[in-house]
Amino acid sequence: MKTKPFAAPYAVWMLLFTIVPIALVAAYSFTTADGALTLRNMANFLDPIYITVLLRSLGIALLCTLICLLVGYPAAYVLAQKDFDKKGVLVLLFVIPMWMNFLLRTYAWLTLLESNGLITSTVNRVIEFFGGQGNVRLLYNYGAVLMGMVYNYLPFMVLPLYTSLSRLDRRVVEAAEDLGANRSQVFLRVVFPLSVPGIFSGVTMVFMPAITTFVISRLLGGAQFKLFGDLIEQQFLFTGNWNFGSAMSLIMMVLLLLSMSIMNRYGDQEGGGIF
Amino acid sequence: MKSAGFFKRGYVYLVLAFLYMPILTLIVFSFNASKSRAVWGGFTLDWYRALFQNSEILNALYVTLAVALLAAVTATFIGTLGAIGMFSMKNGPKSLLLAAANLSMLTPDIVIGISLMILFLFANLPLGFGTMLLAHVSFNVPYVLFSVLPRLKQMNGSAYEAALDLGATHWQAIRKIVLPEIMPGILTGFILAFTLSLDDFVISFFTTSEVQNLSILVYSMARRGIHPTINALSTLMFVAIVALLLLVNRKSSILER
Amino acid sequence: MKKLLPLLLCACLLCAPFLSGCTPAANEKPSSITVFNWEDYINPEIFDLFEKETGIKVTYTRFTTNEEMYLRLDRGGVNYDVAFPSDYMIERLVKNDLLLPLDHEKLPEFKNTYAWLQTPDYDPESKYSVPYMWGTVGILYNTEMTDGEIDSWGAMWDAKYLRNVLMMDSVRDSLGITLCYLGFDLNTRDETQLAAAAEMLKEQKRSGVVLAYGVDEIKDKMVNNEAALGLVWSGDAITSIDLNEGLAFCVPKEGSNVWIDGMVIPRSSKNPEGALAFINFMMRPEIAAMNSEYIGYSTPNEAAMAILGAEYSENPIFNPPAEVIARCKFFHDVEDALETYNRIWEEVMNE
Repeated sequence: MKTKPFAAPYAVWMLLFTIVPIALVAAYSFTTADGALTLRNMANFLDPIYITVLLRSLGIALLCTLICLLVGYPAAYVLAQKDFDKKGVLVLLFVIPMWMNFLLRTYAWLTLLESNGLITSTVNRVIEFFGGQGNVRLLYNYGAVLMGMVYNYLPFMVLPLYTSLSRLDRRVVEAAEDLGANRSQVFLRVVFPLSVPGIFSGVTMVFMPAITTFVISRLLGGAQFKLFGDLIEQQFLFTGNWNFGSAMSLIMMVLLLLSMSIMNRYGDQEGGGIF
Repeated sequence: MKSAGFFKRGYVYLVLAFLYMPILTLIVFSFNASKSRAVWGGFTLDWYRALFQNSEILNALYVTLAVALLAAVTATFIGTLGAIGMFSMKNGPKSLLLAAANLSMLTPDIVIGISLMILFLFANLPLGFGTMLLAHVSFNVPYVLFSVLPRLKQMNGSAYEAALDLGATHWQAIRKIVLPEIMPGILTGFILAFTLSLDDFVISFFTTSEVQNLSILVYSMARRGIHPTINALSTLMFVAIVALLLLVNRKSSILER
Repeated sequence: MKKLLPLLLCACLLCAPFLSGCTPAANEKPSSITVFNWEDYINPEIFDLFEKETGIKVTYTRFTTNEEMYLRLDRGGVNYDVAFPSDYMIERLVKNDLLLPLDHEKLPEFKNTYAWLQTPDYDPESKYSVPYMWGTVGILYNTEMTDGEIDSWGAMWDAKYLRNVLMMDSVRDSLGITLCYLGFDLNTRDETQLAAAAEMLKEQKRSGVVLAYGVDEIKDKMVNNEAALGLVWSGDAITSIDLNEGLAFCVPKEGSNVWIDGMVIPRSSKNPEGALAFINFMMRPEIAAMNSEYIGYSTPNEAAMAILGAEYSENPIFNPPAEVIARCKFFHDVEDALETYNRIWEEVMNE
């Protein structure tokens, strides 16, 4: 087919609005405000306060991914079983929240968790019923931020796992059963190893947005648990050091690409996507 | 066996309950006559009325829809052409172009946002409707591309050759043979782009100044405190997303047949 | 393809207003202005009145802190016609040549401004700014969750109020009150004084008394009894007390900040004429009174104060008595110490 020229607008667009902007970020990272070349922005990042934020972000992202996996795996496993009826509807129900604005999802928790919100007031009433002091606070702590993240990203874990588990060759499972394996053996030796690619793509899809998240910690954590994304925003919109902000963005991208390539080595691309 | 099924089923419903409880609470409280967030004070549509009388919200809704529609149309156009063009390419240049799309999809939203902001200010473009639109087209294009490419791969290449042999022009062959074949992919790409754009906050946040879309408005309203009007707005946005997704699902299953 | 055509048409229709906005007819005045203001800091009815009278449409956009606003104006690419920075930020904006001088010929209503506010030291001739609102910074407290009257910043550090203090996510305000508490000048550039204040703020965070940092959200949280104490601007205190009678406000005895928010025209304004008309409109006594009544902040407009009457002029929060003002100081641009200020705030927030 002689359609090569058709790709021209695409090529130009990607060059102008993907490659050039990223190149600009890279250029800002290695220059001072006056445009002189420097490594200071990168060196500045080694400051303990930024490293702390980076580690905190990594920690909460890993914890969030782990919880999503632990909660999501059984759900995906059950959904993928043949005898589960109305499967289509239920899977769709897992898809819908993925398409909802994360601000609205986070905002929804804000309403539930504030002192006179439904959950907090119920919890406090229960405590009072048992004679305790009903002044529990559920908002503005590490737990609230973590919960907000798990809530936001759980569907991104369930779906790839479901795709991977439902593509699993039933005959292998049956063969294992015929050969005398019990249920836990079948799961541990057959099903689980075969679902590893799905686990990898689920982990990728949760970990990536989790590490770059911002705003959630401001809304649910009362701005007390700054994450990597908040740090970048802070540089661009408040402190005004764009060079340093760019350096942080670049560090974030390199980190992501690194973990992506590690994931890709173990997972496979067909493990399942969102589409 | 029966009881195990019950527990399994129960678990899935429990997870779904976790996912939907906050959304349902928002929806329920958007009809609550009392401003309180814990007490039911009777049914009302007042918050919806307030919503539709708020010119700022209506304006933001208009901006959101205009950007989403324009961005989706443009991205579908560029992405589809790109896919068709790439399809006839050798592996070298093709993988280069694919790498650009992959890079864009791997870049975190916040980095896309700030990098485009830097670009626009560098190019002296005033931040506003236009820049927001450019940004939205940019993050949409790869999604369209990746929806169309698989369809092209599935297409029977010889039908196109045959059309040319039978005297069709290059254009005719593309219009009559290729486009109908990849139409489901184009439509999926379009709706995907539209939904992504409708939903975007982070990238819009950095690439506009005085023109606000709904997400940006929700953000500033949510920071001020919780108000039932935002609940009403959330409910409507939720219903819109569900309707769109159902449409996609139905559309793609009809086209698949 | 046929299906896409109607979609394209729809899209064009949707965009028509924007496209027409880009190509103003030769002799037609651009009929809109964009206002860059704090969240919830104007009576929205005023926009309708202004549009009805002048035909100029107003778009309202918001910033959360002076620093954010400064950056937006400094980096360009924005289209704002009237902005509402505070005193010290006006100083900095003027220094960096980011404002247009005001044509006082077109601002006859300026005469309504209190004489002492016509010559503020950050802009002695009111060349670049006119005052919009003024007030103090203090503690808004919930009388049912605190015991007795509060009169010291020390309450914000009191372990008694564990997870009950709302601090402001704004460098100058939070650092300023800490400096006051320590008995230092709130514009200090002295490294050791600043380091001491930084340590206090970190200690406050470590001890767990702080429930959250915020700006726009503090009012709502206090009204809903979410916390015992909150750092607020006086105007927010008035609105909050109106909504929740259990709240009270004090300007602590150690001293505090008195501030003026001004109206300015950024250099990048595309419609300075419209901006001037808007600023003049805002200074009309009846408009200023109506605005002040709505947002709860003190008006610098003497004629408006007369309209508001004794209920307002005798309210010590709305119109602070001389002895309160005497212990308050204005913020000034700290120039080269700004980096230290930013650094401290980053350290506190990322602690």
